[in-house]
Amino acid sequence: MPSPAAPALRLSDVSKSFGSVVALRSGSLSLDAGSIHALVGENGAGKSTLVKIIAGLYRRDGGTVEFQGQTVDFRSTAEAKAAGIAVIYQEPTLFPDLSVTENIFMGRQPTSRWGRIDRRAMRAEAAALFARLGVDVDPDRPADGLSIADQQIIEIAKALSLDARVLVMDEPTAALSGNEVERLMTVARTLRDNGCAVLFISHRFDEVFALCDTITVMRDGSYVSTDAITDVTVEEIVRRLVGREVTELYPKQDAEIGEVLLEVEGLTQPGLFTDVDLTVRAGEIVGLAGLVGAGRSEVAQAIFGVDEYAAGEVRMAGQRVPRRDPVRAMDLGLALVPEDRRRHGLVLDAPIARNITLATRGRLSRGGLLTSRRENATAKDWAARLEVKAAAMDTLAGTLSGGNQQKVVLAKWLSTAPKVLIIDEPTRGIDVGTKAEVHRLLSSLAGEGMGILMISSELPEVLGVADRVVVLCEGRKTAELSRAEATPESVMTAATAAAGPTTHGQEKVS
Amino acid sequence: MTTLAPEPAPATKPPAARPQSRLASLLKARETGILLALVAFLAVTTAINPRFVFSTDGFRDLFLTPSILVVLAVGQAMVIITRNVDLSVGSILGLTAYLAGRLFLDTGLPILVVVLLAVLAGAVLGLVNGMLVAFARVPALVITLGTLYVYRGIYLQWAGSDRINASDIPDGLLSFGTSSLLGIPQLAIVSFVVLAVAAYWMRTSRGGRELYAIGSDPAAATLYGLKDKQRILTAFAASGALAGLAGILYVARYGTISSGVGFGIELEAVGAAVIGGVAIFGGSGTVVGAAIGAYLLTSIDRGLPILGIPDFWQRAVVGLLILGAIVLDKVLAERQHKKLLAERHRS
Amino acid sequence: MSATSTPPRTPEKGSATTTRTYADSARPLPLRLLLTRDAAVLGLLVAVVSYSVVAIPNFDSQLTIYFLVLDIAPILLIALPMTLVIVTGEIDLSVASIVAVTSVLFGVLTREGAPIALAAVLAVLAGALAGAVNGLLVTKLGLPSLAVTIGTLALYRGVAVGLLGTTAITDWPDTWTDAVTATFGESQIPVIVVPLAVAAALFGLLLHLTSFGRGLFAIGLSSESARFSGVDVERTKLVAFVLTGLVSGIAGVYFTLRYGSSRGDNATGLELQVIAAVLLGGVSIFGGRGAIPGVLGGVLLIGVIGSALRLDGQSANVIQIVTGVLLIASVVSAALLGWVSRRVRRRPPTAAEAAPPAVPTAGGM
Repeated sequence: MPSPAAPALRLSDVSKSFGSVVALRSGSLSLDAGSIHALVGENGAGKSTLVKIIAGLYRRDGGTVEFQGQTVDFRSTAEAKAAGIAVIYQEPTLFPDLSVTENIFMGRQPTSRWGRIDRRAMRAEAAALFARLGVDVDPDRPADGLSIADQQIIEIAKALSLDARVLVMDEPTAALSGNEVERLMTVARTLRDNGCAVLFISHRFDEVFALCDTITVMRDGSYVSTDAITDVTVEEIVRRLVGREVTELYPKQDAEIGEVLLEVEGLTQPGLFTDVDLTVRAGEIVGLAGLVGAGRSEVAQAIFGVDEYAAGEVRMAGQRVPRRDPVRAMDLGLALVPEDRRRHGLVLDAPIARNITLATRGRLSRGGLLTSRRENATAKDWAARLEVKAAAMDTLAGTLSGGNQQKVVLAKWLSTAPKVLIIDEPTRGIDVGTKAEVHRLLSSLAGEGMGILMISSELPEVLGVADRVVVLCEGRKTAELSRAEATPESVMTAATAAAGPTTHGQEKVS
Repeated sequence: MTTLAPEPAPATKPPAARPQSRLASLLKARETGILLALVAFLAVTTAINPRFVFSTDGFRDLFLTPSILVVLAVGQAMVIITRNVDLSVGSILGLTAYLAGRLFLDTGLPILVVVLLAVLAGAVLGLVNGMLVAFARVPALVITLGTLYVYRGIYLQWAGSDRINASDIPDGLLSFGTSSLLGIPQLAIVSFVVLAVAAYWMRTSRGGRELYAIGSDPAAATLYGLKDKQRILTAFAASGALAGLAGILYVARYGTISSGVGFGIELEAVGAAVIGGVAIFGGSGTVVGAAIGAYLLTSIDRGLPILGIPDFWQRAVVGLLILGAIVLDKVLAERQHKKLLAERHRS
Repeated sequence: MSATSTPPRTPEKGSATTTRTYADSARPLPLRLLLTRDAAVLGLLVAVVSYSVVAIPNFDSQLTIYFLVLDIAPILLIALPMTLVIVTGEIDLSVASIVAVTSVLFGVLTREGAPIALAAVLAVLAGALAGAVNGLLVTKLGLPSLAVTIGTLALYRGVAVGLLGTTAITDWPDTWTDAVTATFGESQIPVIVVPLAVAAALFGLLLHLTSFGRGLFAIGLSSESARFSGVDVERTKLVAFVLTGLVSGIAGVYFTLRYGSSRGDNATGLELQVIAAVLLGGVSIFGGRGAIPGVLGGVLLIGVIGSALRLDGQSANVIQIVTGVLLIASVVSAALLGWVSRRVRRRPPTAAEAAPPAVPTAGGM
C-alpha cells in the first residue's frame, strides 16, 4: 500500500458563517490514507458544516483545504466527487424502482458497441464490489425496500467503483441496528485496508472506540483535540465534548409538580420502539433523551396520533387517547411541536397568521364562518407574546428565520391551550439568543402547570431544563433518571447501552 | 474504474444462481400476468365462437386492429415512465393523418417521403410538448391537455369540412394497410418492429435507463447529474413521432380521414399503459407491458359481443380494468413492502 | 439579536406593556387586490368583453347573454367543487362521465315511470356516490387521483353508454325543459343565473370563509403539516370528491333538461373545459392556491371568448385553439412569475434571516 507523505485530506482552521451566525469557527482535521478517523462533537459543534465543506456543498469562508497535498476549493458536489471524495449520508438517495446494480452505475454504465449497456459486465462488477466489501446484497433486487443500512452499502459500493480516496460517513450508524452496525464497521475496515482515508462521524463511543484509529473532538464550532484512540478514554472524550458546566446555562425555575397528566404504557411499534412507558405530570418537564434514531420522535408522534402503534395505551388525565387520531388528541389537551419544522411543523407557503391559527381554526369559527380578521387578531396576539420578528401577518412562514419559525409553531400549539406539550428538538437550527428564549418559555409554561415532554439531542439542554430524564436506546427505555442522577455520563451510557435494560450503571466501553 | 475482482469465487457464483432467478422473475413479472389475462380472454371467447380467432378475418383482426393503439401505447409508456403523461397523442394522430392525406392529394411525393414527413411532424409536435414541460416546469397533464385542444383545433380548422377519401390515397399505401406477410398483417409487423426497437432501447441504452431513473426519483436524477431535460424532450418527441406513425397507420388501414380521427384515443393509450403495468407516477413498467395492455383493450372491444355483452359496455370494462390494474399494483407493492420489512426485522 | 434583551412573556401572563405590533399585510390593500391572479383573469375578462362589445356586432344583445349563460352553466357548476379538489392537490377527470351517467340514469328512471322530481334526486345522489367512489379509492387506498379518475372516466362513461346504447330519451315534459331555460319576464336573462350565483356564493364561502376551506389549502400546500396540525386529510379530500360528484350530478340533470335529451355521449370532453377554466382562473395545479372569484372569471372568459368568436363567424375549432393556448399560457405564466419572484426574493438575506438552513439544500450556496 503506498503511503504518501501528505495526508489524504487536510483542513486547517476552516471557518464558515451564515450571516451573523457562525456555524464553524475553526475546523481542523487531517485524514491519512489507510486509516479510520473519528470526528465527535455535540449537535451544533460544527461537524455537519465541516462535512458539507468537504463534500463541496458549502464553500469555506476561511482556512485551507488540501487534498492529497494540493490546495482545493470545491465549488460543487460534482467537483468533490470527481476529485475522489465520497460522502455517505445517513439516508442516501436512490432510485427505488431500479435494481441495485443500476443504482450503482446509473449515468456511467459500461457499454459495448452502439452504446448497448453491457449488463453482464455491470452486474459482475457490482457483485465484485460487494464481494470486496464482504457483504451479501442481491445486485438484481430493486432498491425499494432496502434497509437504510443496505442503502448505505450501495452508496459505498458506488464510491468504491468511482475509486474514491476519501470516504466520509456522516453519522451512518444513527439509524442502524446492532448487526447492521457490525457489518458497516467491517466494510469500513475493508476500505481502510484498501488504502482509503475514512472519516467516521458518530455519537456512539463504543463504535468509535472499536473502529477508529484516531479521534478528533470538536466543540462550539472549533477544533479541540486529536489523539490516537489508544491514548484516550470515553470519560476523557465526554469531558472534552461537554467542556462546561451545563446547569447554569438553562435555568429551570422551580415549579410545583402536580398530578399525572400524560400516561404512556407499553407503547410498541415493531422495528421502531418497544414497550415504552412514561408519565408526565403537571408542572414537570420530562426530557426524552437518546441518540438520533433511538425512536424518540417516533414515540412522540405515536402518542400524538399522527403515527401508528401496534400495542400499548396512551391516556390524558385518565382518559384514553385513541390511536391515530390527532384531532381527538388535541381535544384532550395534547400538542406536538414536531422535530422537522419545514415538513411537519409549518405550511411554509402559507402566511404566518394562517399557520398560527391552523390548529384552532375550528374554535375560531363563528356560526361556521371564519374570517381573516379574526385569524389575524388571534395570530397577532400570539405573535406578540412570543415576539415573532415579522412585519406583517401575511408574511409567508417559509421566509422567516429558524428561530422565528419555531416561535410560529409554538404559537400555533400554545393557542390550543394544551395541558401537555410535546416538543421535539425545541432549539434545533435556531440562534443562541432565541434558544435561551425558548428555554425560559418552557420553564415558565411548566411554572404555570403545563406538563412538557421534551425530546432533545443536546445533552446540556436535557440536563439543564428537564426535571426528569427518560433515556431510549434502540427503541427501548434504558433509564429513567431524576434531575440529580442525570449527568452527561449517566445519560450517555444509557443512550449507548446495547440491548438489555440497564439503569444508571456506568459501563466502560473501550 | 475498478476492474473485476481477481478472486474467482464471487465471479463464478452469480451465473449459477442466474437462470433460475431469471425464470422466476419472468413468471413473477407484471407483464406475464396481463399476458395470461389476454390469453384467458381469447381462450374463452374462442371457445364460445371459434371464428373469433380461427378464421381468416378473425386471425387477421387479432393482430391488425390493435396495431395503431400498440404504437401509441409504446410512446405513451415512454412518457409515463418519466413521470409525465401525453394527452395530446390523439390530436397529433389526427393532425398527422390529415397532413399525410393532404400531401398525397396536393403533391406527388412518394409514399415513403410522406410517411417520413408525417413522423417528423409528429416528433415536432411532441417536442413542443416536451419543451413546455421540461423548461416551464409545468405538469405535463396541463400542458398536453392544452396542446390536445390546440392541435385538434388546428387540424379541424385546416380540414374544414373537407374529408379525405380512400380514392385520394395511393393504392400502394392502402394495400400495405390490408395485406399480410406470412399471414401476419403488415401493419401489425410495423407495430412489432416499433415495439421491439423501443423495448430494446429502453432496456439496453443509457438513455432508456435514465428515463426510468428520472421517473423513479426526479430529485435523485438531478443529484446523479443526469441530463433530465434532454431525456424528457426525447420521450415526448418519441411519443409524438409514434403518434405521427400511428396517423400513417390509420390512413393505411381506413383510407378515409374525417373529423373524428384520433378522438379520445389518448385515454385508451394511457389506459393500455396502466393496465400493462406502467406506474402512473413513473419509474416502472415496460413498453412490452403497455403493448399487451393495448392488445387486451382492443380484444375486449371486439370480444364482448361474443360473450353476450353488448359492445356498448366496452368502455365500462376498460374503466374497470384500469381501476383493477392500479388497485392490484398498489396491493402488490404494499405486500412486497411488508414482506421486505418483515424480512428485515427477522434478520 | 435585538429583541432578546427583553424577557419573554408567557402566554397566560401576557403583560400589558406595549410590544411588537403587526400589520395585517405587508402591502397596502389596493395593491394586494390588484396583484393577484384573480385580478389578472378578471381584468382580461373585462378587456375581452369591452373589445367584443365594440368590435363584434350583436355581442351585447340579450340573446347572446342568454345563450352564454345556458352554455356555461354546467362548466361553471362543476368548476366550483373542482376548485376544491385541485386546491388539495388532486384532480378529477371523471366529471363529464358523471354528467353523462346521471343524465342517462335520470332518463331511464323517468322512462320506467319514476316521478321526474324523484328521478332527479336519485340521479344527483348517484352522482354523489360516483364522487364517493373516486374519493374512497384516492383516500382509503392511497391511489393517485389522476389514474383513478382516468379509470372512472372510462367506467362511468361506459355505464352511461351501456345503459342506453346509441339511443336517447327525448320525451321530456315541457314544464321541466322550459323551467331550466326560463327567463325573467320579458327579458332574456335566464332564471338559472340565480341558482348559479347561489352555488358560486356557497362554494366561495366554503373555500374562503370556513375552517374546512382552510384545511383544503393547508393540505394542498403541505399535506404532512396539515395532518400534524389536526386536519383530517382523508376526510377533507373525500368530501371534496363527493361534492364534485354531487354537483356533476346536478349538472347532469340540467344538461338533460336543457337539451331535452338523455344520452350516453352527453357532455363528452366537458372535463377538459372545466379543468381549463379552473386553471385559467388562477388555481394552481400543484394545489394550495386559488380562489372562487378567479375561477368564475376563468369560466366566463372561456364562455365569452367562445361566443365572441362564434358571433365573429369563427368556427368552433378556433375556439378550441384559443382555449388550449389560454390554458398553456396560464400555467406557463404562473411558472414564469414564480421563477421571477423567487429570484427577486433570494437577493437580500438580512442578518437575522440568514441562519444556517435546517435542511441542506442540494447545490448549496
